[in-house]
This record gives sequence, C-alpha cells and structure tokens, in this order.
Amino acid sequence: MKDKALARSKAKRITARTIVYVFALLVAVAAFYPFFVMIISATHDNYNIVAKVNVLPGDKLAENYARLTQNIDLYRGVFNSLLLAVAGTLIQNYFTAMAAYAFSKFEFKGKNALFGVVMVAMMLPGQLGIIGFYKEIQALNLLNKYFTLLVPSIANCFAVFFYKQYLDGGLPNELLEAAIMDGCKELSIFHKIVLPLMVPALVTQGVMTFIGSWNSYLTPLIVLNDKKKMTLPLMIATVRDSTHADYGAQYVGMLVSVIPMVIVFCMASRVIMEKISIGAAVKG
Amino acid sequence: MNYKKRSRYAYMYLLPFFIVFLIFSLFPILYSLILSFCDMDVLSGKFTYVGMRNYKRLIESGFFFKTIGNTILIWLMSIIPQLTIAFVLSLILSNRWFRGRMILRNIYYFPNLVTPVTIGLLFGAMFSYPGGAINNIISALGLEAVDFQNNQMLARVVIAIAICWKNFGFNIIYFTAGINSIPEEVLEAAEVDGASSWQKITKITIPLMKPILIYVMVTSIIGGLQMFDESKLVFTNVPGDATTTMVKYLYDSAFVRFQFGYAAAVAYGIFVIIAIFSVFSLIVTKDKSDEYGAKKTGRRKG
Repeated sequence: MKDKALARSKAKRITARTIVYVFALLVAVAAFYPFFVMIISATHDNYNIVAKVNVLPGDKLAENYARLTQNIDLYRGVFNSLLLAVAGTLIQNYFTAMAAYAFSKFEFKGKNALFGVVMVAMMLPGQLGIIGFYKEIQALNLLNKYFTLLVPSIANCFAVFFYKQYLDGGLPNELLEAAIMDGCKELSIFHKIVLPLMVPALVTQGVMTFIGSWNSYLTPLIVLNDKKKMTLPLMIATVRDSTHADYGAQYVGMLVSVIPMVIVFCMASRVIMEKISIGAAVKG
Repeated sequence: MNYKKRSRYAYMYLLPFFIVFLIFSLFPILYSLILSFCDMDVLSGKFTYVGMRNYKRLIESGFFFKTIGNTILIWLMSIIPQLTIAFVLSLILSNRWFRGRMILRNIYYFPNLVTPVTIGLLFGAMFSYPGGAINNIISALGLEAVDFQNNQMLARVVIAIAICWKNFGFNIIYFTAGINSIPEEVLEAAEVDGASSWQKITKITIPLMKPILIYVMVTSIIGGLQMFDESKLVFTNVPGDATTTMVKYLYDSAFVRFQFGYAAAVAYGIFVIIAIFSVFSLIVTKDKSDEYGAKKTGRRKG
C-alpha cells in the first residue's frame, strides 16, 4: 500500500516537473525565435524570405551583405557608435563619480538642497526638455557634433545617486582622514583612493551606460543628420527606407547591430544581472 | 582636519556636473516651458508669444488624448503578459531541482539588450504582410495571411509583443532577486508544518513578493508612458494613427511638422500625465507597504 502511494506521488511529481520544463523551454524557444528568424533570413535571398518558412541557413549571406554595405557605410556606423559609447561611458562616469564623492564625503553649504535637485531631476521624464534642448543646441551651433551627445550625458542623476549610495557604505572615512594626514593632495585622493575603491560600482554603472549609449535612438536622431556621423542604430533605421523591400539586407543589418551586444553580454552578464538585482534588493 | 577648508573642494568636485546639468538639463526644460507659449515661424525660425493657444489646441484637438489612449492600451497589452510570464518563470527557476536555469535565464534576458531600432525593424519585418516570417508560418498551416499593419488593434498587439519580448527577461532577474531574499527559514518552517509546494507559493512567496511586484508595475508605468522607439519603427503607416504614442506625437509635431511651440506644449502635457500617474502610483505603493508592514508586526505580536 505504502509503496503504491509512494509510486503514485512520484509519478505525479514527474508529470508536474515535465510540464514545468516544457513550459520553460517553450518560452525559451519563443524568446529565441526572433533571433532565429534574423540569423536564418540573413542568409537567404528575398524570394525565399518572402515565400516560405525557412529553417535551414541559405548561402546568400555574402550577397545580402554586399547590398547592405552598398547602401550604408556599416563600419563607419559601428565605429561611430563604439566611439560615442566608450567616450560617453568614460566621461559620464568620471564626472558623476566626482559629484557623488562630494555629496558623500563632504559637508558644505547647500548640500541638501543640491542633492534634492538631483533627486527631483531623476523623476523628470527625459523628453520634457527635448524641444528646448534642440533649439538651444541649434542656436549654439552644436547640431551634428559629437560634443552634443557626449557632454550633456554627464548630467546623469541616476549615476550620481547610485555612486553616492555606494560611497556612503563602501568607503570608510578613516581612509580619507589618513590620506589627508599624510598630506595627500585633494585631487590625488580622488584619483588614487576613491576611484580605485569604486571600481566595482564603476564597472556596473559603466556597463549600463555603455549599453544605453549603444542603444540610444531619439537624441542621436534629432542631433545628427550628417550621414558620416550617424550611429549604427540611425543607419539601421534608414536601411528600411533606402532598400525598400530588401529584407535580406535588412536582416544582415540587424544581425550586425546585435553582435556587439552579444559580446558585451558574454563578458558582463554577471555584472548586468547584479545591477538589476541591487535595484530589486533596494526596493524589496 | 579643517572641514571649512575642505568644503571648498566639494564645490570643485560638483562643478562639472552642475554646469552641464544647468546648461543641458535644467535650461532646456525651462526654455521648453517658454517655447510652449510661443509659435515658431517655419521660414524665419522666429518665435512669437501666443499665450495659452498651444495648450488650448492640445486639449481641444483631442488627438493628444487619443495618443494617451494608444500609449496606455499598448502598455497594458504588454505589461500583463510580461509580468505574468516573468513571475511564473522566476518561480520555476527558483526551484533547486531545476537544471539549466542559468542558461535559460540568459536566453530570457538577452532580448533586453537588443537595440530598440533593431527590435522595431525585426518585428516590422517578421509581421509584415503577406511575406513576413509569421505570415509564412500561418500560410504553411493552411490559414489565411493576416495584414497586421492595417488592422488598428493587431498593429498595437504586435508592438505590445515586441515590448513584452524585450522586457520579460529583465523582470525575471528582478523577481528572482526578490524570491531569493525570502528567508530560507520561513520556507523550511512551512515545510516542517506540512505545507505543499502550492501552499508555499500562494501563502508565502506571493505575499512576500507583493512590494516588489507593485514596484515593478509602478516603474513600468513611467517607462511605458514614454514609449517611442517601437511606436516609430515597427510599422511606418498604421490606419488612424493607432500606434502613435504620446512621445511619438511630440516627435512628429516638432521634427516632422516643425511646430516647435506646439511640441513643447505636448511635452508639458506628457509631463502632467506622467506626474499624475506617478503620484497615483506612489499613493498605491505606500498604502500597500503599510498594510504589509502592519500585518508583519501583527503576526509578531500574536
């Protein structure tokens, strides 16, 4: 009797687990399916893409690629996007870390008011000032300049907030006091003690800045219209207009835009997941 | 160390950030406010003061309200399946016996990193008519191909699917962190008391996860109301502008029709809507967390 009941409950558990596995795998298939379509379609000619369900890769990748690069300067786009993402990440995180250090380790007049401004600005939607921003940079003759995409990115209030949280908990005041006693100059305290100790936070936030910059669309769209300066997303967006119904070329373009993110993900998936989890832990 | 002397350096550290902030964040916001009371002449680019006319037009034309409706509708259609799937999957992946959860979590999450432009083009191409990948499958099954782009509701659904696909993996990581923060002892105690897996989920995990669930809902409203990339890129021409979101309307007003004054008014309209939703959601979350906290202390007393 006992054996039978045990066997029955075991069978029940196996069925339940099978259902769970099947569900999880189905979602994984659905999540991967668009990439599958992208990869497979990039290797077929337009007739095959439009006319039938493709499961196996074709042999037209080189032709599609040739037609795509005829229309747009793909390498230029990759180069521009990388340049902007790397430079933007460095500039933004250097200066926001600086501001966060001031907020975390100094006492000065107006500290609370200024930090209040940062907190309020964090809640404002990004598009609120976009018309004024456009008109301002037009008047300052800064359209079509990378300056306009790089320097304003310093004003990232989220990063300041994140770094301040980190410094409040992760950097002991005694260390700074000791450095001051030893006669360390103020800026070298920041460069030689604070920044090195912030590396984990800098990596986390830096990866996020890099991804955000690589993916950004609206601001580059209104700032850049010189073809030579366009970022990869802008170029990819024009592929559809410039190639009409050339799906083969479009899919190759999409594939190229995804590859750098695959590389970033392979190198930094743990960092990304940790950053998201930190957010959950703070709120939970 | 003399703190007064040191505080000088604080201003030095803050200076670059706040100069940029003033010039490129705060000033544009105030400048937009001024522009929203003006009209721009397209040829000369000169602005003239027109008072409340832009705001009057915003309210009277009704199109702005239509874009609010579109935005909320698309957001609802993406957030409900997104959170449901994410929550179920994070419960599944938190089981010890489940093999391959790291691989699956990575597969689920990766779409979140794909450039929104690529997502837009990809879903536009996949759901194109009659020769998109989805329609090819539909045809292969012997059914009639569906024209997603020219059906208002289906066009919205496709955009909602794209957003759902992009974000559900992000929420899985978020929820997983929440589930992992539930103290092991609580679940063990329940097991000792003879609770089934189902009871553990409904009586312990879900109630303890409530604050995180609500937080994700709330933050996604604010993000969802600013939807733009997918709206602009998935389909280029949808009948009745059924997929035009608020920010897409802002963009079109300024950079397609060159009505910068009116666009600035739209921006402030969006700001008001987002502020209303934020305040509303703040009230909702506050009540819920209080209730949750009260319950906890109550239990402790009893």
